[in-house]
Amino acid sequence: MLTFSSIKNQVITSPSKSSKVVIAITFLLVLSACGSDNDIETQTPPPPPSPAGYSYSITVTNLTHSQPLSPLAVALHNDSKMWMIGEAASTGLEKLAESGDSSDFISESNALASNSGDGVVMPGLASTIEISTTDRNATFFTAATMLVNTNDAFTGLTGVDISTLAIDDIKSWNLNVYDSGTEANSETMGTIPGPANGGIGFDEARDDVDFVALHSGVVSQDDGLPNSVLTQAHRFDNPAIKLTITRTK
Amino acid sequence: MKITSKRINTVLGASVMVFASSTVAAQDLSITVTNLTQGLYFTPILTSAHTSDNHIFMSGETATAELQAMAEGGDISGLVNMLSNADANSNENPAGGLLAPGMSTTYTLTNDSANTHLSMASMILPSNDGFVGLDSWKIPTEAGTYTINLNAYDAGTEANNELVNGGGAPGVLGIPAAPGGDSGTNGMGVTDTESNTMVHIHRGNLGDDDMDGGKSDLNNSIHRWLNPVAKLTITIE
Repeated sequence: MLTFSSIKNQVITSPSKSSKVVIAITFLLVLSACGSDNDIETQTPPPPPSPAGYSYSITVTNLTHSQPLSPLAVALHNDSKMWMIGEAASTGLEKLAESGDSSDFISESNALASNSGDGVVMPGLASTIEISTTDRNATFFTAATMLVNTNDAFTGLTGVDISTLAIDDIKSWNLNVYDSGTEANSETMGTIPGPANGGIGFDEARDDVDFVALHSGVVSQDDGLPNSVLTQAHRFDNPAIKLTITRTK
Repeated sequence: MKITSKRINTVLGASVMVFASSTVAAQDLSITVTNLTQGLYFTPILTSAHTSDNHIFMSGETATAELQAMAEGGDISGLVNMLSNADANSNENPAGGLLAPGMSTTYTLTNDSANTHLSMASMILPSNDGFVGLDSWKIPTEAGTYTINLNAYDAGTEANNELVNGGGAPGVLGIPAAPGGDSGTNGMGVTDTESNTMVHIHRGNLGDDDMDGGKSDLNNSIHRWLNPVAKLTITIE
């Protein structure tokens, strides 16, 4: 309080503008010094971290022109990949990529936690789902969704380590399109499950290269594939989705 | 003498300003844009440093009128005004017109420390409403050279009819120009509808091999692309 009194005196005796700035700085330092004393007296320790576990919010934005996305499948699991370039797709991934049905894919994951979006994500739109776990080992993240106006195209990511995400941390990816390699890209009537055709999705026969790779795109009837049910509007380029994960708990 | 609360406020306000001004420092970004394509031109490029809550465009959102004017006709003046009103630091038209296929342009952007994010946009010719862009990249504080690959977007404001008819004004259907002089004429039009009205990844030009007729005035061996279409190299000193 002694310091405070001396400032008052300086204010009275130093009317020039430049002096006032100096005074102001002094005054602020004094205030902040007092403030830190108060903090020590009144500070309460932060509550201990809840044992309830980990929650994440995942948003997918459909960046394509005319490829609706099947409901996004998400899983938390141990260190593993659910697909690999050059390796054959699992039956669950084949089903997801050919029909959009993610139920087998999720059950294959040995998922410590999983969830699936509640509807198709239309082009230009976004959808958010939550996933929670109490398992400390559930630190690897997989998400996948089918581009439904294709034979067997899907997009997503798999086995991504999210153990370093702190609460409120956000991580985001622009993701490319894969071909599951399980169905020839005939684009013919009856083979495309999306609204372009309404055909059959899953067929267990594997009449393609039988390994996962990046997709080469659709050709369409407007570009010289006369039997294609797809039009120029269904063509796509990478990336197909933006995926964002936010740790909420 | 008594210090009133009003005086305290004034005094504190002045001191805050003193501290704040001491942290303001200009930063020089040396930027190179490279057109990675073999057959597409970029209209005057706009690059801007701005605060985190500003955007030139956002995928999954509707285009602003200013973005539409850039994406359909290459006119960046509306975007420049918008950014100027938001106290952004902008560089306009570094190539002095079109950036031709395979070419680069290098320029310096001096930004205030309050402008923490970088965006860039330029229309792709020939296209109806295609543009190459960077949306709100957080400018690193660490010195170094950073490289970003950029994708082609569709503004979602115009049907991709692929007819080169000079239509560059917002809302006028058509492509303003094919600067390479390699487009055809008398196409029927690829489509007259735009089903996705959000900013999205461009599906690419279709084109055809018919220089006098066909669906498209564009050439399917010249005017196509795959992402990325541009490379941005940023050196922070």
